[in-house]
Amino acid sequence: MSPLFSQEVPLSWYLLLSAALFSLGIVGFLIKRNLITVFMSIELMLNGVNLSFVTFAHQWHAVKGQIFVFFVMVVAAAEAAVGLAIIIAVFRARATLAVDRIDLMKL
Amino acid sequence: MNAYLHLWLIPLLPFAGFLINGILGRRLPKSLVTTVALLAPLAAFGVVLNAALSVFGTISAATTLPFIETCPLPWINAGVLHVDFSFVLDQLSLVMLLVVTGVGFVIHVYSVGYMDDDAGYARYFSYLNLFLFFMSVLVLAGNALVMFVGWEGVGLASYLLIGFYFQKKSAADAGKKAFIVNRIGDVGFLFAMFLLVANFGTLTFTEIATKLGQAPGWQGGVVTVIALCLMLGAAGKSAQLPLYIWLPDAMEGPTPVSALIHAATMVTAGVYMVARTHVLFDHSPFALGVVAIIGAATALFAATIALVQNDIKRVLAYSTISQLGYMFLACGVAAYSAAIFHLVTHSFFKALLFLAAGSVIHAIGGEQDLRKMGGLRKKLPVTFWTMTAAVFAIAGFFPFAGFFSKDAILYAAFLQGTSGKILWFVGLLTALLTSFYMFRLWYMAFMGESRSENLHAHESPWSMRGPLVILALLSVCGGWIGLERFGNFLAPSVGARAAEGGSAHLELILSIVAVAVALEGWLIADKLYRRKPERPAQWAAALPGGYKLLVNKYFVDEFYGATVVKPLLAFSRFFLEWVVDVGILGGAAWLLGGVATFAGAILQHWQSGNLRSYAAWLAAGAAAVLLFLLVPWATVLATLPAIHLGMAGH
Repeated sequence: MSPLFSQEVPLSWYLLLSAALFSLGIVGFLIKRNLITVFMSIELMLNGVNLSFVTFAHQWHAVKGQIFVFFVMVVAAAEAAVGLAIIIAVFRARATLAVDRIDLMKL
Repeated sequence: MNAYLHLWLIPLLPFAGFLINGILGRRLPKSLVTTVALLAPLAAFGVVLNAALSVFGTISAATTLPFIETCPLPWINAGVLHVDFSFVLDQLSLVMLLVVTGVGFVIHVYSVGYMDDDAGYARYFSYLNLFLFFMSVLVLAGNALVMFVGWEGVGLASYLLIGFYFQKKSAADAGKKAFIVNRIGDVGFLFAMFLLVANFGTLTFTEIATKLGQAPGWQGGVVTVIALCLMLGAAGKSAQLPLYIWLPDAMEGPTPVSALIHAATMVTAGVYMVARTHVLFDHSPFALGVVAIIGAATALFAATIALVQNDIKRVLAYSTISQLGYMFLACGVAAYSAAIFHLVTHSFFKALLFLAAGSVIHAIGGEQDLRKMGGLRKKLPVTFWTMTAAVFAIAGFFPFAGFFSKDAILYAAFLQGTSGKILWFVGLLTALLTSFYMFRLWYMAFMGESRSENLHAHESPWSMRGPLVILALLSVCGGWIGLERFGNFLAPSVGARAAEGGSAHLELILSIVAVAVALEGWLIADKLYRRKPERPAQWAAALPGGYKLLVNKYFVDEFYGATVVKPLLAFSRFFLEWVVDVGILGGAAWLLGGVATFAGAILQHWQSGNLRSYAAWLAAGAAAVLLFLLVPWATVLATLPAIHLGMAGH
């Protein structure tokens, strides 16, 4: 990288932000009881990873990383559709969204 | 140019019959089952006849023997050992095939009547066809291994048919007994094959003959061992001493089965095998001597037991063992063509005897005890007259078939020096006993007055009487071909040894002696069972020891039970069952199960059903993998020996 661009935000900042997002996602996933919050935490983790992909793609001038991000977004969108549908179904069956209480594999 | 004979059809046609009746038999109408069951052996017989006619040159240019047909696909190719699935038609196998498929077909026809009201009709015929399949494989075999396939197969068919009425414990036991005793003989056959491969590098009969022909001085040694092993196999299959014990019990099967398998064909497989491998025996005078002694001893031994049996089928069973002894006696004096000649005539009259006995049993509702028969002559005329022909044939009266073949054997034995005279005398004594016990049966069953309430005795249907008549004709005329023509025909297969010191004059004298002896047997039977019927009981009472010995068949079964069966059972119960099965195998199974249960009991606590605990384990696992990747293992490992050495230094 040439000195001309040294004013740019350094790489490590992006990575730190990415790691922070991912860790928040993990912590949220582990400690939250509401299924929707847990679901949002997963999205958070995905976006943390997306940020790393984009960062490295820019760093190494490799387009592969960006393409990967599109894939992740598409999958995340599909997952959101299916996941929310499941959550609604679960809520209708159990009248609760607390993950601790959804611990049986049968109704 | 040889015409293609399609030998492969001979076994495969009955096999097709077996498959059809075995798989679909219960769903097919009975008439169709009968058609399939009869067509298969008939078609096979047709193929054999076609082969025979082509050999004799009546259809096309004469086929030269031996005619070999080999499966184009290789069977076994392992190092020096090369075995093809090949069939050989030569004079010996042609004669044998005519007997197997011909008599086999006749007995199939008879079975249609005999088994008519049996629930297992289709099963019976599928087994019978299966037997013909294996028997023709055995006969056609071009090498010892193919023969072994047929050999084991007929054993299987025999087992299935002896135990046909498997609901009856005695029948199931008899089947097992036959199978197990035959295995003992088969060990001999197997060892013979191992030795053949090791010493000759081949199992093909013609190649063995060629190799032995190149070394005419090769006598005894390993050849003797091979020949004796083969004889052990033959003794098992052909019910010779000391392995004859299964055949009398085999009478538990349906009577046509006794006729086909346990009289006419399968039990003669041992004789056939000895004739087929005769070059080995010819190179070992010792083995030949053993064969002759076993044959003569069995002939006499079984005949004495037959004297006092009261079950009509058991008399015939012991008679079969005795007649097979004759055949081995002939093999033992290298008179193979005489042995095969007797095999052929015996298959006619013994099949007839069994079928006639079956007709009697059928007529009086399943009764087999001779003491309860009597006076059946008028009620069963066809059975009576055909049975009479068979009795005269087996007793050796001129001009019935048995006369010619038995005479040939006795004559061949007589020409074998001093020991041959002893064999001849034993054979003659057996002939006397044979004549006696056959006429005893004849008198007890057909003559005199009825001894029980069998008023409903009725003659059998034509499907049963027809075969009786055909076999009766063969029993009368079957021997007219004469040993000389028969022997000349067989000579290319079994060799012809010029007997020294023989003359037509001597042969005539011996024949007259043999017939006189047969007549004497008849007269004794006539006296004891017609003129003075109280005599046998008096004699039995006067000689309680001897009578008991014979009625109990010399206690051989009891002897084997005490010396072989009981120790083996004890060994199985205590060592194999408790130590090996329960201890080692069961213990290992318990150990494996225990470990899995224990591990499961611990690991089940992870399966909490709590989503967050799963997630935590997942995250912890991922973190552990990351940490593991971060450790610079190469550096760490490089420092380890240094630490170790450093510690050792202190």
